[in-house]
Amino acid sequence: MTAARIWALHLALIAALFAAQYLLPPYHVTNLARIMVLAVFAMGYNLAFGYTGLLSLGHALFFAAGMYGGGLLSYHLGWTALPALIAGLAAGGMMAGAVGLLALRTTGVSFMIVTLMFAQAGYLTILYFGPTTGGDEGLNLPAAGRSLLGFSLSADGPRYLVALGLFSTALLCCLGIARSRLGRIMVAMRENEERSRMLGYNPFTVKLIALVLSGLFSGLAGAAYGVLFGYVGASFATIQYSILPMLYVLLGGAGTVIGPFLGALLMFYLIDFASGLTSAYLFFVGAALVTLVLFAPKGILGTIRERWLGWLP
Amino acid sequence: MAALIEARGLTLHFGGLRAVDGVDFDLRAGEIHALIGPNGAGKTTLVGLLSGRRRPDQGTIRFAGEDITRLPAHARVRLGIAYTFQITSIFPRLTVFDNVALAVQMQNHAPLKESVHAALERVGLSGFDRQIAGTLAYGHQRLLEVAMGLALGPRVLILDEPTQGLAAGEIEGFKALVQSLVPVASILLIEHNMDVVMDLATRITVLNFGKVLATGTPAAIRADKAVQEAYLGA
Amino acid sequence: MSFGPFLLLALMEGMVTAAVLALSAAGLSLVFGVMRVVNVAHGEFYMLGAVIAWFVTTMIPGSPAVAFVAALVIAPLLVGALAAAADGLILKRLNYDPEATIVATIGLLYMIQQAVLSLYGPNANPVAAPFEWRIQLPWFGYSGYKLFVVAAAATLLLAVWALMTRTKAGLVMRATQIDRTTARAFGINVDRVYMGTFALGAGLAALAAVLIVPIQQAHYLMGGDPLLLSFIVVIIGGLGSLRGTLLAALIIGLSDGVISMFFSPTLAKILATLLVAMVLVFRPQGLFGARA
Repeated sequence: MTAARIWALHLALIAALFAAQYLLPPYHVTNLARIMVLAVFAMGYNLAFGYTGLLSLGHALFFAAGMYGGGLLSYHLGWTALPALIAGLAAGGMMAGAVGLLALRTTGVSFMIVTLMFAQAGYLTILYFGPTTGGDEGLNLPAAGRSLLGFSLSADGPRYLVALGLFSTALLCCLGIARSRLGRIMVAMRENEERSRMLGYNPFTVKLIALVLSGLFSGLAGAAYGVLFGYVGASFATIQYSILPMLYVLLGGAGTVIGPFLGALLMFYLIDFASGLTSAYLFFVGAALVTLVLFAPKGILGTIRERWLGWLP
Repeated sequence: MAALIEARGLTLHFGGLRAVDGVDFDLRAGEIHALIGPNGAGKTTLVGLLSGRRRPDQGTIRFAGEDITRLPAHARVRLGIAYTFQITSIFPRLTVFDNVALAVQMQNHAPLKESVHAALERVGLSGFDRQIAGTLAYGHQRLLEVAMGLALGPRVLILDEPTQGLAAGEIEGFKALVQSLVPVASILLIEHNMDVVMDLATRITVLNFGKVLATGTPAAIRADKAVQEAYLGA
Repeated sequence: MSFGPFLLLALMEGMVTAAVLALSAAGLSLVFGVMRVVNVAHGEFYMLGAVIAWFVTTMIPGSPAVAFVAALVIAPLLVGALAAAADGLILKRLNYDPEATIVATIGLLYMIQQAVLSLYGPNANPVAAPFEWRIQLPWFGYSGYKLFVVAAAATLLLAVWALMTRTKAGLVMRATQIDRTTARAFGINVDRVYMGTFALGAGLAALAAVLIVPIQQAHYLMGGDPLLLSFIVVIIGGLGSLRGTLLAALIIGLSDGVISMFFSPTLAKILATLLVAMVLVFRPQGLFGARA
């Protein structure tokens, strides 16, 4: 009963997003494609933070690993979109594994700072190898790199469908993980690490698995962002791209499957609206962070789940 | 009978204090072994060493003949040494079902639902499975903690003051529960309630100032002069 | 110029960096030590100090020295008051939960930075030094103001040290640092201590910025580097240890001056951030901290 309801809800969201490309004006269709890719990133962040309790300030590194992992191969070696996406996925996972092996020896505030520092080092490394990476200016990907099975991803239609395909896959994977035995262990680690250890679970291993999963999502999102919108740049490796997924997740609801998408959607349009008013639109990012952490730490769907819909995954 | 856990010369210092000082300890297969002693005698520290939550400065621990001295706590749980916490430690924001399921799914082959319900039934918590664990009454939380220990299917179950905070009626039920666990599992019990100890234990070890004062049957311990002076008579 | 004087110049520049860095890092360290709060908005308090200094010096005509002294007083007071308000309105309500306060101070960072962007604008503006005076060494001339910065920072750090070790306020802060519950039981108003500490930490960042702004110019994005460097200094020096912080500031400041003369500053920053991460992973008490 509950399972049927849960599947129905998520499939309905995917169907609604499929219909949106025919109903919305082109401007919003492009936005929505961006939002879906960012939501994949946020879902990855949510696996680490929302489910496992790993508050990372360095996810930009995994996003950028995916973006450059795919983008550099496409720019310098002429890879097409599909292998570039796979390369980005792998790069995000491997980077998360490497960072996790070190950073997961720390907890809490130290973990936050260590991930922040690794991400900063990654950003600076991109700048340092400017001739290869394009540095601050970034690289515009060639047309060949933006073709998937013969379709050009610079066209709105195919681009939207690829974004939707990636988003749907990620969403259903997230749902699967959240309802699996692994998902239960991840939540156990967040809720009471010492108890979990005394039930026979190695906290380090569980957290490392969660972080690598998170990195795979982030890497895929980074590669997709590069391939779909044709540009890779160092600005996607800055601290701001570690803060944004956190903000999306906090807003939508940490530890909920749809929350990251909802947060990305609302925040994207808030920033879009604010940037039309003032150049200081990032003020609203700050205000949203402070407001959420003060007044709604569970986010929108977290609050709804607590008050009304206990079955929401 | 063969010893399931064999500890030799266990020592752990906290600063200048020897919390556990050269302790030899055997837990035999199928027994209910009570660990008693005044507050600060080193009981919790000793079971912390046995369960792997702490590392000894010196000494060795064997489990079923295998040296586990350097094995981390989670690996010992997988071998079959389960530990229930002195201060109730459950997952308060998860359902009762999820709490027990986390223990059950440790043994991957078990069918989840049936095993969870079986464990809950054994401690008398049937029907509570969908409740959020943190909203249970305190006594029920203690029972949930025991259910989680049971659901691991352990060969050794270490219970750290399990009856603390239980009502008199609940204690009777708890004693029956513990008795039903042996001889499949062996029990190591830290307990302050002497009635519970005398009723349940097949053997008792008395700790004082981090050292073993005496080990023996309840009758022998009751008769022991040194124990009377240090503890029972006081 | 031959190698010897070149190195001397690098070391003198490094001393200036180290002095300002030590002042700003001392504020961060104080806040972390007493309150266990990692203040990510620390760099914005620094930036605010510089921007306020610019406002004050443009509003007070006449002698640059008078205007500068006014900025030296007004900037830390205003920034301290803002920090106290942030403490009371935000951090206290979060009950100083470590992770929530980091998220909140990240929010604060954006709010302050963007508010300055809209009120002050995107331009970098210079502030006149209080005096123009050059020392002529045999090999090169050197700004006397820079030497003044080193001396002023040293004096201020000495004052902080005296405050912490010689006064009742310092005693109360140290007591709160060791155990806030016990401190409260002894009748210490912990809320006020926290508010004061947060204000003092922010004020030190603002002071550091006022000292540096005649050399560097005021800009709304200038908070990033000092934040990162202060973090590096505080972590390498041992979280919450004032002495370790000073030592680390000296080493980082001097080596920054020397390294960036001979190597790429980006490479130096990469190595420094990786060093911080490794210190936290393998030696969380810091390189100079004694606590296990």
